[in-house]
Amino acid sequence: MSFYYLFVELLQVVLLLALAPVFLGWVRMVKCWAQGRTSAGLFQPYRDLAKLFAKEVLLAENASWIFRFTPYLVFGTAVLAGAIVPIITVDLPLSPSADVIVIIGLFAIARFFTALAGMDIGTAFGGMGSSREMMIASLAEPAMLMAIFTVSLANKSTSLSQIVQVICTTGASIKPSLAFALLAFVLIALAETGRVPVDNPATHLELTMIHEAMILEYSGRHLALIEWASAMKLFLFVSIGIAAFAPWGIALANEMLSLPLALLFLVLKFAVAGVGIVLIETGLAKMRIFRVPEFLGAAFMLATLGMLSFFILD
Amino acid sequence: MKTLLEILTAELDAPVSPVSGTFPATVPVCSVPRERFAEAARLLKRAGALLAAEWASDETHLGRGFGVYACYRRDSGYLIVCAALPLDDPSFPSLTRRFVPAYRFERQMHSLMGVVPDGHLDPRPWIKFEDWPEDAFPLRKTFDGSQALPRVAGEYVFGKAEGEGIYEIPVGPVHAGIIEPGHFRFQAMGEDIINLEERLGYVHKGIEKRFESLSWQEAARLAGRVSGDTTVAHSLAYCMALEAMTGCMVPDHAQWVRAVMLERERIANHLGDIGAICNDVAFAFMLYQTMRLKETMLRTNKEIFGHRFMMDCVVPGGVAAGLDAQYKAVILEELSAVEDEFERLVMIFDENSSLEDRTRSTGILSAEEARDLGMTGLVARASGMQLDCRKDFPFAPYDRIPVNIPVMSAGDVHARAWVRIEEVRESLRLIREMISTMPKGQRSAPVGSPAADTTGFAAVEGWRGEIIYWLQSGPKGEINRSMVRDPSSLCWIGLERCVLGNIVPDFPLCNKSFNQSYSGNDV
Repeated sequence: MSFYYLFVELLQVVLLLALAPVFLGWVRMVKCWAQGRTSAGLFQPYRDLAKLFAKEVLLAENASWIFRFTPYLVFGTAVLAGAIVPIITVDLPLSPSADVIVIIGLFAIARFFTALAGMDIGTAFGGMGSSREMMIASLAEPAMLMAIFTVSLANKSTSLSQIVQVICTTGASIKPSLAFALLAFVLIALAETGRVPVDNPATHLELTMIHEAMILEYSGRHLALIEWASAMKLFLFVSIGIAAFAPWGIALANEMLSLPLALLFLVLKFAVAGVGIVLIETGLAKMRIFRVPEFLGAAFMLATLGMLSFFILD
Repeated sequence: MKTLLEILTAELDAPVSPVSGTFPATVPVCSVPRERFAEAARLLKRAGALLAAEWASDETHLGRGFGVYACYRRDSGYLIVCAALPLDDPSFPSLTRRFVPAYRFERQMHSLMGVVPDGHLDPRPWIKFEDWPEDAFPLRKTFDGSQALPRVAGEYVFGKAEGEGIYEIPVGPVHAGIIEPGHFRFQAMGEDIINLEERLGYVHKGIEKRFESLSWQEAARLAGRVSGDTTVAHSLAYCMALEAMTGCMVPDHAQWVRAVMLERERIANHLGDIGAICNDVAFAFMLYQTMRLKETMLRTNKEIFGHRFMMDCVVPGGVAAGLDAQYKAVILEELSAVEDEFERLVMIFDENSSLEDRTRSTGILSAEEARDLGMTGLVARASGMQLDCRKDFPFAPYDRIPVNIPVMSAGDVHARAWVRIEEVRESLRLIREMISTMPKGQRSAPVGSPAADTTGFAAVEGWRGEIIYWLQSGPKGEINRSMVRDPSSLCWIGLERCVLGNIVPDFPLCNKSFNQSYSGNDV
């Protein structure tokens, strides 16, 4: 049995590493179609990563260890989070040791170091990006916790694996609290992963950037690791969303044989999620940066309403 | 109402003498003593005139010293006031106290021609770089353009803000996008812009100097390359000035074809700009659709005129190729297709509230500021100024086909986008009308050579705004000076103004809504 645990743990991490760029490619592909363009294909992010890994790293003269260390840390935390979130199965040995609060904490560590690295090299853009990112983080993280707590209350656990197990074994029931929490989660996920309407991952305009401004000075393998980690973060947020709100299909405890089916469900759900992201991104312009607090305030309100309605209605 | 010349003659306490040998006759040129150069500006400003251009000319080959010129505009009238400067003391009173645009014009005159504006507060070079020798004045006849300049040490000092929480953001000159180079220096507090200073000149090509070594015919090709996206309007302005000097009567057919090309250039560029404005707020769908429409127009240009941007299609005396019935049909057919799609895109632009939230009340340039800063073209029209050479100073066929000028009062990014939308609609209508009324005839008329010591002036409404050319012939009838005034020379300063009080991440949007030319400004 212990061999099985090790196997699924590895499988999850490999899936995360392999599928995150493909999912990003899928989002870009659907986006191209929505704009009436020919896309570069599902595997373009792989080609981008391969290109970056082959390139030389250019370091600013005054870059400290923080700047060099951050890409590895960001990459590492993303991989670690992938070992905890039930992507295809709940039978994860690491899962009992860390709940969803830890996952949010892992992302927070990555963000903290990225912000430090943005300021480390001392360019105007880096500092600007860091300050914007921290403003958004300070609003997104509490809202995210609120939304997750609502789900936890409904399922009596803060462990994602446990939540999946409970939802899948007790059967579907539509709860207003979960509807509020889902809405809040979508808004927060857009902000956390730097998508339109909060940030624009495709822009070249330094002055408008948030996440990209912090990593503007990265190059070569450092940039490749950060880009890969960003793709994983997007993948993980969709995974968390699936686990918390629509986990059907994820292999439950001791259901070794349903793994292939879980993989199929995974692909289907991600395909749908990608289309959803594209619909939002194509239909909306990026909001003015000082609208983001209102946007995340709304997310926080929704999550709070979800929690209240849990106590009142459920 | 009295003309500007009448007002000046009546009110200036010094002799105002008309200058002869200037064309066209509708644009009077008068000379005043140089001490009264600024006084003339004061009187003209009181009369409601705007400063359209200011420049200097080295007239030593004509047996004089330097000449400084100021071109004023009020409604439909232009007036050029000049003053002669002696070689040993080439100074003149600065107009900066009366007119903001004089600020950069005079720095440029000082840097390139070595004439000294007395009373100008900013001695820093403009267009010329600080690592050029201070006494190298490229536009002087004594300057040898074929010699490499030695580099000297120099520093360009930017305005600085100081205090708790103030920081500086240098942007450029090389930008992340594939655009021209220019430097922007922001002083910001948090996200609020408290000052923006532009530093331009990185694409200075010495075009005005180069003109002087070309024949009148060759120079038309050079004019078409001052700003590549406005090649029709620039060549047209040059050709009109030359035709005025030589008394060339351009055939009607050629006039109509020129206007069709001018409007096509306007549509193509406005389409690109509308998409680019949306792309800057991450609404990329609009960019790809408008770029697609633009591309179809450029391909039709290539098919009909032989060049995607219609470069070298306007030639002195007429056009390089006429328009026959077959091509007229192609244009009309394409117009319907473009119009149909354009209207659907406009509906999307108009109804998307997230887009409107970004463009409304961003980068406001009030009507008063626009007037004080001497804005022109679509920037002026978005800030409530009714200015358009096609209406105010009409040349054929605009004297027979009246143009509706869209004017918005908000002065924000939305207004500048919307003026473009309305202008596309109007240009589509104009092209249809031009094609249906286009007379048959020759595609060009012969152009003679200008007489010695004459000047020619022309103003053409390009898609950015009013383009001015002023040509001066030398003692042998050659080009002595060719002054190029792209609308960007006026409107760049409006961008500095309109971003004040806005936030840093909104700057690219404001910039895109102006979309001024670096090349046209830096010549």
